[in-house]
Amino acid sequence: MSAPKTLYDKIWDSHVVSQDEDGTCLLYIDRHLVHEVTSPQAFEGLRMTGRSVRAPDKTIAVPDHNVPTTTDRASGVIENEESRIQVDALDKNARDFGVQYYPVSDVRQGIVHIVGPEQGWTLPGMTVVCGDSHTATHGAFGALAHGIGTSEVEHVLATQTLIQSKSKNMKVEITGKLRPGVTAKDITLSVIGATGTAGGTGHVIEYCGEAIRALSMEGRMTVCNMAIEGGARAGLIAPDETTFEYVKGRAHAPKGAQWEAALSWWKTLFTDEDAHFDKVVTIRGEDIAPVVTWGTSPEDVLPISGVVPAPEDFKGGKVEAAKRSLDYMGLKPGTKLEDIAIDVVFIGSCTNGRIEDLRAAAEVLKGRKMADGVRGMVVPGSGLVRAQAEEEGLDQIFLDAGFEWRMAGCSMCLAMNPDQLAPGERCASTSNRNFEGRQGRNGRTHLMSPAMAAAAAVTGKLTDVRKLMELEEA
Amino acid sequence: MDKFEKLTGVAAPMPLVNIDTDMIIPKNFLKTIKRSGLGVHAFAEMRYDDNGNENPDFVLNKPQYRDAQVLVAGDNFGCGSSREHAPWALADFGIKVVISTSFADIFFNNCFKNGMLPIVLPQEQVDLLMKDAEKGSNARMTVDLENQQITTSESDVIPFEVDAFKKHCLLEGLDDIGLTLAKASAIDSFEAQAAQSRPWV
Repeated sequence: MSAPKTLYDKIWDSHVVSQDEDGTCLLYIDRHLVHEVTSPQAFEGLRMTGRSVRAPDKTIAVPDHNVPTTTDRASGVIENEESRIQVDALDKNARDFGVQYYPVSDVRQGIVHIVGPEQGWTLPGMTVVCGDSHTATHGAFGALAHGIGTSEVEHVLATQTLIQSKSKNMKVEITGKLRPGVTAKDITLSVIGATGTAGGTGHVIEYCGEAIRALSMEGRMTVCNMAIEGGARAGLIAPDETTFEYVKGRAHAPKGAQWEAALSWWKTLFTDEDAHFDKVVTIRGEDIAPVVTWGTSPEDVLPISGVVPAPEDFKGGKVEAAKRSLDYMGLKPGTKLEDIAIDVVFIGSCTNGRIEDLRAAAEVLKGRKMADGVRGMVVPGSGLVRAQAEEEGLDQIFLDAGFEWRMAGCSMCLAMNPDQLAPGERCASTSNRNFEGRQGRNGRTHLMSPAMAAAAAVTGKLTDVRKLMELEEA
Repeated sequence: MDKFEKLTGVAAPMPLVNIDTDMIIPKNFLKTIKRSGLGVHAFAEMRYDDNGNENPDFVLNKPQYRDAQVLVAGDNFGCGSSREHAPWALADFGIKVVISTSFADIFFNNCFKNGMLPIVLPQEQVDLLMKDAEKGSNARMTVDLENQQITTSESDVIPFEVDAFKKHCLLEGLDDIGLTLAKASAIDSFEAQAAQSRPWV
């Protein structure tokens, strides 16, 4: 009998094209997602060497980082010249090399990590790469998915493979049940808070446990999306009925006899009993509270009931880093997190721009108004998420509350388009990174769940969403 | 790709932990469709003030470190995004070696594709090299890839580990894609076999 394998081991083994004596492998890539920022130099490389795209039908391109999200973008004009050149370059490259393509004008356009699963390109057991670190998102399907640099983008375009060394196995188990008001975002932030941003370095994480099983696909994507923020190469969740239900019937999912064949293989994609993990982290679901970040690293996570820490609370290099973070964030140690006033609310991104995220935010905002002086923006993750939300009347709830209702794109998650914070502005954001300058030079980011961001919009301060939920019940 | 064999140069100390890719190259400089010319924007938000003037306190603006070829950095250097613009910017500035206790995975791999050598060492040795770097331009360290060792300005010798395949590619300046295309027949047979076993892919 063969040795017990982890889910990661199984997917890895089924994609090894060749292995060198030192263990370096050539790994076959089933899906290659491409966006406009990290691909132009790769396509240019192909042109310079006279190479072609080996598998255009497995290569999916969509512009997302630079695209405007204002409703007048239908005119097709991107005002910023550099952004326009980059989006135009993707358009030309996609057409010249014949890859699958969703242009800005297509209702299916959106953030690449939302479009892939939505269109059924992402399937269990696949290898998925993209020149984007949040490729980890697709791990929610039990696919081995990770970000690559532009040189590797060119390598995959030309060969449909990657030169890889295998990572170690790490298990993150979330036991039990989540309490009301606690979401997938709180899980993934809490894990990073516990392990640190380098806690997963050199590992592929498999998330498991009752609380993970209970999540929808949207929630699982949120959890895996931020595996990279914990330093891991990828995050994975074993596929189950929830996964199969989500995938079935999607445009590029297998049909008929192929569906049955796929399903029977997908059902073998789980970690065998007694398989070896190099690292194990266990967190009780009941212990997870709604959380926010206070600093400039995704590991700077605290329950909303907490207070801003002092640099002396930390050790080693983190003491200086905390000083710098507090200075950048304009925060004083000992301040209650719930006393921190915000200027902007951003709901969207590949972390939290899916329909369930918009529903969660709308539930809190229904019948409520945004606090005076707060600016709010909802950016659906794709044109289809936007359409679905409109069908459910969520757009009206956001508009009534005072939010702007935008078109799909990465938007203020990384502020490459005009959606940016002004210097000193403080944002309650559903995105994934609170780095210095991430949402605009000298902008200040607090990461949180969509429900928590909605609560902050209502009160104008970081707020425990459970307090608004109690009001509803009373 | 440029070869990397051995260099002797000034090392700049950047003890801050978690230096992320947004710090190394802010997103407003990702709108380029070229690989070159990013050195002037490396660490832009730390290096320049709001008016675009140099911040004299930033390490790479100090006279003794303007020609640094080595960075000695705090834990988890290069965390964040997959942007290869980060190593492009460092290399264009002139940095060919980064030394830390740990690196983010994608940044680490990206370095090797650009003739750069990231070196992981235990805390004690990073501390020693940090002290050496703090001496400024009179202290030059030598990084020798062939022999896998760093020699400090005081002739302390510190060995380091490097993946054999990556070392080979750096020493020879090899093009990964060319190497892989030489295995085209293995890829062909994998695809043929996968078309049978997983036809839905």
